[in-house]
Amino acid sequence: MAILTPGAPVPVDAPDDSSPRRPARRGNAGRDGGRKIGSHVLLIILVIYFITPLWWLTVAATKDTAGLFSGSGGPLWFDGEFNLFNNIAGLFEHQGGIYWRWLGNSFFYALSGGVGATILAVLAGYGFAKYRFRGRNAFFSVLLGAVMVPMTALVIPTFVLLSNMGLVNTIWAVILPSLLSPFGVYLMRVYTQDAVPDELLDAARVDGAGELRTFFQVSLPLLRPAIVTVLLLSVVGTWNNFFLPLAVLSDPNLLPVTVGLNNWQALSNAGAGGEQVWNLIVTGAFVSVLPLIIAFLSLQKYWQGGLSLGALK
Amino acid sequence: MALTELAPPPAPAKPRPTRRPRRQIDRMDRKRQRWGWLFVAPFALVFVTFLVAPLAYAFWMSLQTSTLATGTSFTWFANYAKAFTDPIFLEGLGRVASFALIMIPAQMIVALVAALVLDNLSTALSKFSRLMIFVPYAIPVVIGALMWGFLYSPRFGPATDIFGLVGLAAPDFLSQGTIFASLVNIVTWQWAGYYMIIIYAALRGIDPAIYEAARLDGANGRQIALRVKVPMISSSMVMVLIFALIGTLQFFTEPQVLRAVAQGAIPVSYTPNMYAYSLAFSYSQFNYASAISFALGIVVFAGSYLFLFLTRKQSGLK
Repeated sequence: MAILTPGAPVPVDAPDDSSPRRPARRGNAGRDGGRKIGSHVLLIILVIYFITPLWWLTVAATKDTAGLFSGSGGPLWFDGEFNLFNNIAGLFEHQGGIYWRWLGNSFFYALSGGVGATILAVLAGYGFAKYRFRGRNAFFSVLLGAVMVPMTALVIPTFVLLSNMGLVNTIWAVILPSLLSPFGVYLMRVYTQDAVPDELLDAARVDGAGELRTFFQVSLPLLRPAIVTVLLLSVVGTWNNFFLPLAVLSDPNLLPVTVGLNNWQALSNAGAGGEQVWNLIVTGAFVSVLPLIIAFLSLQKYWQGGLSLGALK
Repeated sequence: MALTELAPPPAPAKPRPTRRPRRQIDRMDRKRQRWGWLFVAPFALVFVTFLVAPLAYAFWMSLQTSTLATGTSFTWFANYAKAFTDPIFLEGLGRVASFALIMIPAQMIVALVAALVLDNLSTALSKFSRLMIFVPYAIPVVIGALMWGFLYSPRFGPATDIFGLVGLAAPDFLSQGTIFASLVNIVTWQWAGYYMIIIYAALRGIDPAIYEAARLDGANGRQIALRVKVPMISSSMVMVLIFALIGTLQFFTEPQVLRAVAQGAIPVSYTPNMYAYSLAFSYSQFNYASAISFALGIVVFAGSYLFLFLTRKQSGLK
């Protein structure tokens, strides 16, 4: 979650070119082969470190509870029996299949919160970048300060506020606070300033386009890379959010998958007899992790340039 | 939060270029002003409702004390006085500070090393590695902590087998003495890849001609990395540091999740955030919890602001 909140005002001396891609470097290929072997070994060690938990999760999702404790292949290899499909079936049965409801909730919260936050950020960033209006600088400096307000410090006050509004334990309690993305606005403003030249807007106006039409037809297409980035960051932020739904939701039917699985784990650890569902927790975690990993792998070309926007601009 | 103090005095309208004083332009400008506000308004509404209002409300609440006997009364800064002398809160704050001292360098070193190595290579393996190192960022923090909880567990985890290979007994990763390192490991695993991408992008932005020049001057690979590359990406490093600092000071999810498997080692008040959470939701002490939240918010805000100020040269802020 931290990533959505912070945002240091960033370098002015950074290169103009926001694309990290560049033709391969000349000259140093093959010159110091020895060092390259060392680099590759180091890389492989790093990859093993970063990938082991995921490998464990994949393997563990194919085991039943007994296999998790004492599988024939040990914790890091497959057990004799393959139970992935049994486990998935178990997810449909345990507590009436509430797991799928949680997964659906997560999708719903992430999409509505993420898309909403992005729309607000694009509009506001554009407004800040391309219009001079009274109070603009004041508001923007307040916003810059807000980027550094830790979002978790807002959770308890937000809870009290929402409960006064009678919104606690409704979907709004998760969606509405997720719309707030000061960092997104900041990114959009910085990006818009460079990507949409004033001359272009003036030309559109001279041609008789209204402000809205100029925005939708001239500016929006130019802003696409930044929009994808902000969307990705806010969707991931909402999907991963834990503290907020933990505080504002108590109805099990409304929980996102993160809070739901955590509840199962807490119950299982408490040793409550019928609630020890280790295999379902593991399989549930595995299933819930897949969508984001697939999204990241397939949207590579967007986020690789995009996530660094904040760094380069 | 001291948000309002940040704002400069009400915007002095930008002096208009003197060469276009025509009335028509004036009218256009006024229309544009309205459009500017229209674009910003939806966000401003959310900003006020879910940031300014909760903060103001929290501050208001934190100035009051309610007890069963006397009801709610206005006690000014009593809650803050209580917080900053509350050994539990101070202990949590100190713990978070020591996490910051260990965890942030750990994340940054891993991220920097990975980025420098990747910047030197352009093979299929390096492309693949870049993705794999980044992948943990795609995993929700809760799930990451759950997974590590299993891996640390003596019942489920591989530690016994791995240490058994070399004839050692596995340490208990969830005991009082080791939980600190265990948490550092989870956070490093989760975030280093994201920071690596930011640093890597900055490295790619450097003009390779500079390396040629350094090489002609007789610099070797390591010297180029440490004396040319690192100084040139200092602004990105500062940004990563701020990200990590803000994240670390509000540490909550990982210890909260690990608590279920390591209750002995992680008390409910392990970090200030966890303390505030348990005060509010287990003991219904919303006033004191607000004061703790607010005090923590001020510490984080002041900390990151101070840091930005101290590094304004590196971060490019004049």
